[in-house]
Amino acid sequence: MERQEYNITAYTENQVGLLNRIAIIFSRRKINIESLNVSPSEIEGIHRFNIVIVETEEVVEKLAKQIEKQVEVLKVYYNTNADVIWQEMALYKVPTDVIAEKVLVERLLRENGARAVVIRKDYTVFETTGHREETDNLIKALQPYGLIEFVRSARIAIIKASEGFHRKLQEFERREPSEEVAENEFLNDREQVFTM
Amino acid sequence: MSTQTLAQPAASPAAAPETTPITGAVATLQALVAEGVDTIFGYPGGAIIPIYDALYDFQPELNHVLVRHEQGGIHAAQGYARSSGRVGVALATSGPGATNLVTGLADAMIDSTPLVCITGQVFAHLLGTDAFQETDIINITTPVTKWNYQVTRAEEIPEALAKAFYIARSGRPGPVLVDITKNAQMQTFDAPAYERCTHIRSYRPAPVVRKEYIEQAAALINSAKRPFILWGQGVVLGKAEQEFKEFVDKSGIPAAWTILGVGALATGHPLNVGMLGMHGNYGPNVLTNECDVLIAIGMRFDDRVTGRLDKYAKQAQVVHLDIDPTEIDKNVKTTVPVWGDCKETLPLLTALVERKEHPEWLARFNEYTAEEVDAVIREELFPTSEELTMGEVLQQLNEITGGEAVIVSDVGQHQMVACRYALQNQSRSHVTSGGLGTMGFALPAAIGAKFGAPHRPVVAIIGDGGVQMTIQELGTIMQTGVDVKIIILNNQFLGMVRQWQELFHQRRYSFVDIQSPDFVTVAAGYRIAGQRVDDRAELRSALEKMLAHPGSFLLEVMVTKENNIFPMVPQGCSVAEIRLR
Ligand SMILES: Cc1ncc(C[n+]2csc(CCOP(=O)(O)OP(=O)(O)O)c2C)c(N)n1
Ligand SMILES: [Mg+2]
Repeated sequence: MERQEYNITAYTENQVGLLNRIAIIFSRRKINIESLNVSPSEIEGIHRFNIVIVETEEVVEKLAKQIEKQVEVLKVYYNTNADVIWQEMALYKVPTDVIAEKVLVERLLRENGARAVVIRKDYTVFETTGHREETDNLIKALQPYGLIEFVRSARIAIIKASEGFHRKLQEFERREPSEEVAENEFLNDREQVFTM
Repeated sequence: MSTQTLAQPAASPAAAPETTPITGAVATLQALVAEGVDTIFGYPGGAIIPIYDALYDFQPELNHVLVRHEQGGIHAAQGYARSSGRVGVALATSGPGATNLVTGLADAMIDSTPLVCITGQVFAHLLGTDAFQETDIINITTPVTKWNYQVTRAEEIPEALAKAFYIARSGRPGPVLVDITKNAQMQTFDAPAYERCTHIRSYRPAPVVRKEYIEQAAALINSAKRPFILWGQGVVLGKAEQEFKEFVDKSGIPAAWTILGVGALATGHPLNVGMLGMHGNYGPNVLTNECDVLIAIGMRFDDRVTGRLDKYAKQAQVVHLDIDPTEIDKNVKTTVPVWGDCKETLPLLTALVERKEHPEWLARFNEYTAEEVDAVIREELFPTSEELTMGEVLQQLNEITGGEAVIVSDVGQHQMVACRYALQNQSRSHVTSGGLGTMGFALPAAIGAKFGAPHRPVVAIIGDGGVQMTIQELGTIMQTGVDVKIIILNNQFLGMVRQWQELFHQRRYSFVDIQSPDFVTVAAGYRIAGQRVDDRAELRSALEKMLAHPGSFLLEVMVTKENNIFPMVPQGCSVAEIRLR
């Protein structure tokens, strides 16, 4: 069986410790996570994980089942790249004087679909989104012009065949609203609390 | 989480739900009482003192058994759960107390044992500061718990424990750990009436049963010429022994067991053809590769059962009944997956299978049994050699107990002998560490098993190596007066490792020659009666004396030093390549 990139999408409760519980399903088998994005879904209280790994379908299927088995996981899907629309976002910080002087740079940015997010006297921050090659290309292009800093986000992916996901989630939350996350509220009370 | 209120005295009409101010510690213990817990195994320490303080007022409802080591506590809780079918409860303090639970959690995780472990933790404001006896037990135990949770406020306690018990016992059971910071134990809060948890929105304990799969499975079984049933602990965990027996009786299909499934169908049942796996019986292993339909029920095709996977039952179509969807297709590809609780799926299947007998097919198993008796079993159980064998101890024990005792075995050669030869008339009669193979399990597990099944005799069968791993629990036996019979099968070796070294490493006996104390004297130090036997003439009477003795008894039997366990499927071989010698 062929190894290829798979996009695992998991809907979960918002709970302290769940990230670790999911991460060890991969690390236990010595599988490297290529990219991991965790963020609130469109429904308050439900989080969405996007995990990218390179594996065979057989292994990915077992991993997906293992993740779904966790008490606080609602649902897991896995898809090949062909079955998702995916994007990564990148930010590039470049000296403003170079940009201002060199017309070439402006063309470069335009060609790469970059957008200026912040323009200051000393530096400018550009943003692009796209596939890895696309965000990579702009790094190469900007390097000669004094690229100061670069960062890329994890991948987010939307599933092509996800009919009615949003409605299902809404319905789910309507029937049983999520609970609040309990966090440690005592961390700043060091002086007041009695210790033994 | 939706919850269900326990029977409460009738509330005054229109009153707001009544609350009572109590401490987190009291709430913890009230939760245990409300969950029907009667026995807990534990060991105190600084971070759990408030709970122990409250426990003082919960006697005798919550019988607390003071163990000698937290590993002993959790193994005892496992023994209790396994013999009783209820949730076992263990209590430990933070730091070293909590880390001492880890082996037991791993064992309970892999053997699907329902446990709720409660650990004390440093004050919430100290978390992450390397405080005295602080350890990140939540992250340490994440891979070995079905669920775990840290409580930092007293108000969280009732709901956390309600969830803990529900998760531990529902679906595929497993161990759960709740870590409670000291401030949460001490804090007073207005506690509402305790509500049991019956549902968690993100958690499906059992998959929905699919009728079409039941029908397909039945059709496959009805068309089979040489069907073969493999069952595991799922039958026991699902409390489906009766449903299983009806399925076997009606279908007339020979059935073999994994070591955790033993006893779900009595060892004397005519269709019970024996034990699977590396040291299982000859017929079930060989014929796994000759059957045409393999029906796996509540078992997970562990590698000790399957041997080499690419040569395992390749000719067979496979029906797999399991409550855990991750087990389906994990190791062996299924033709028909029957998801669901076997308590539910088995009767549906039984209704559709034809009443049949398979005399010729069954005769094949019996032929292999005869061969195994000649090559292995007769000499093991009725030896002609001078020295005692482990097998004859089991044989004599069977003759005296008639298969009514709860056997608790440790790990090694004696375990395989106990599994192979102990008669079992009923379910929950053999407690052993299956998936993890934890030496040191048996002595504490036997203590727990006795608390879980107080009216049955409990006999622990332990090696000279394993008993020394948790021998301190003799102190627990002494103090509680619990009646556990202990048989040490002393071959003066770490026998199972020695066997591998003999067979596969040119007899290079590297560090398996283990010395033991005089176990009878050690027992005497704990005021436990004992005897040592090295002569066949004394064996029977010693066993009778042990079983008749009021209270605990330690019997050390000196057995032949270099016996090997056969049959054996050597590692990397297929089940059909099982060796008789
Ligand atoms: C905690 C632990 N450590 C090591 C092992 C590896 N091991 C498996 S069987 C065995 C030998 C057991 O010796 P003994 O208790 O004397 O039993 P015997 O095999 O001689 O009957 C060992 C060391 C284990 N299973 N568990
Ligand atoms: Mg030994």
